Amino acid sequence: MDVRLEDLTVAGILHGIDLHAPANEVHGIVGPNGSGKSTTLRCVYRALAPSGGVVLLDGRDITRSKIRDTAVNLAALTQDSHVEFDFTVTEVVAMGRLPHRTTPARDDEVVAEALSRVDAAHLAHRGFLSLSGGERQRVLIARALAQQPKVLVLDEPTNHLDISHQLAVLALVRSLGVTVLAVLHDLNLAAAHCDRLHVLDHGRVVRSGKPEEVLTPEVLHDVFQVRAHVVRHPTSGVPQLLFEHQESA
Amino acid sequence: MTSTPTPVRTPPPTPRRPPTAGLCLALTAVLAASIVAGVALGPVRIPFDDVVRFLAAALTGGTIDAAEAGPYRIVWDIRLPRVLLAAVVGAGLSVVGVAIQAMVRNALADPYVLGISSGASVGATAVVTTGLFASLGIYALSTAAFLAALAAMALVYVVTGRDLTPLRLVLTGTALAYGFSAVAMLLVFQSPRGEAARAAMFWLLGSLGGVTWTSLPIAAAVTAAGVVYLRTRAKHLNALSLGDETATTLGIDVTRTRKALFGVTAAMTGVLVAVSGAVGFVGLMLPHLVRLTVGADHRKVLAVAPLAGACFLIWVDVAARLLAAPEELPLGVITAALGVPCFILLMRRRGYVFGGR
Repeated sequence: MDVRLEDLTVAGILHGIDLHAPANEVHGIVGPNGSGKSTTLRCVYRALAPSGGVVLLDGRDITRSKIRDTAVNLAALTQDSHVEFDFTVTEVVAMGRLPHRTTPARDDEVVAEALSRVDAAHLAHRGFLSLSGGERQRVLIARALAQQPKVLVLDEPTNHLDISHQLAVLALVRSLGVTVLAVLHDLNLAAAHCDRLHVLDHGRVVRSGKPEEVLTPEVLHDVFQVRAHVVRHPTSGVPQLLFEHQESA
Repeated sequence: MTSTPTPVRTPPPTPRRPPTAGLCLALTAVLAASIVAGVALGPVRIPFDDVVRFLAAALTGGTIDAAEAGPYRIVWDIRLPRVLLAAVVGAGLSVVGVAIQAMVRNALADPYVLGISSGASVGATAVVTTGLFASLGIYALSTAAFLAALAAMALVYVVTGRDLTPLRLVLTGTALAYGFSAVAMLLVFQSPRGEAARAAMFWLLGSLGGVTWTSLPIAAAVTAAGVVYLRTRAKHLNALSLGDETATTLGIDVTRTRKALFGVTAAMTGVLVAVSGAVGFVGLMLPHLVRLTVGADHRKVLAVAPLAGACFLIWVDVAARLLAAPEELPLGVITAALGVPCFILLMRRRGYVFGGR
């Protein structure tokens, strides 16, 4: 499913975001703290109504669809995932079936499959609140997968994950064959796993393109205020960054 | 070849949970037995087989001896409506507590956190202290309490603002509850009638004394409709307890859902408080007791909570009648006295987690 953001504006935060993610591509959004990354995603998954501009799914303005119809096509991993009560892992993942009207047997199948895809099948009967941060994150990703979306919106999906699970989750996300829009903090992971990157700064997209076009020393200096060398990964050839360590002033 | 030992990690024990259908069936049986026992027990004790015989006769149009008219009157006119209303109030408060805790995502919320009951207490104390609505006779208290509850509900809704976010809702309800309580207390202390304070306090702590058949139908109908409605919203409540943003991504119109839940729970609370006063503790702790037993899934919680709440309040009311007979104790005193140790025991038995650790 094709995702297009046109002149997306949120008063004081976003000043006209234009962004296009064609069907089944993985797009990363990077930028310094406070640049509007999460706000952009919140407009896409409809937690926030923009003050101007539109989000189009396959050319259709999402605000013209019912919230439930959007949820059939679009799943999101948000930053506010706070669980108040002691749900089991299976119960949490099963909530991903909420927008769908399928049989309970089918729902159970999808839930079990989603859990095994994030390497969490063994956690199925555990209490969600008894899990470690990394286990929780994987379960929440499983919940998004259980929604069987055509568009997956991820706000820092690698949060709390150890390096092996970071790589596994991003590889999984790539293998799904759905459109992905992800905010990523780790620029090297973003470069290695995204088809295209969009750099946000002060509520504007300042650069869009393939990782090697976007992650240049100039952009890193101008936007992130760091000095970095760009090298090629010895096996995959994707650009990777080596940062100059700053002296404390 | 050397075998490498694989590290064995034993997962923490999974809490064992009884099947919900079996539990509901068992609780239904307990409820039926509790109703019979609740009718039999009181200052005048009536043998269980007589209770069953009288109830059967009343329901099927059978006959009883003329000599038994006295006990029959106690069973049918006094005890049965009271026991049934206890069941309705217990069921209603438990279910409202479950819904409100999920709706405002707060394990400490109860049916009274929205300020509705404090509003009702203004109406009730006005009746007790000033003789308002005297023309309505015995219905004056319930009527005034219900009207004041409706007014409080409207006020909380308006002050919270149109999006009813959980924190604003709880803060507004709590703040206004202090205001309503202040008005109620002022009425009590300004009253020239000495016994007004005691009467008002008794009402505030909840009582089913003097209940007749007339107060039952409305309370039962509103509670039944509310329970049915909330059970259809069980999955929504699950999603809402994961946070508004997540609920939105799961396809729920959060604001609309919360408005509907607010309306239903506030109306239920208003009706229940009007017939029984503000019985505390049930709506706070029964939801947790049920979650301890069946887990957090609201489809299970909302199936078990009304039955558990009904049984619980029947026995609370029995204790209220018996412990200081012929005086009656307020229900709120007993719910706390029974509920606190029960809750502590259950909480120690299992690792129960409220909202993180």
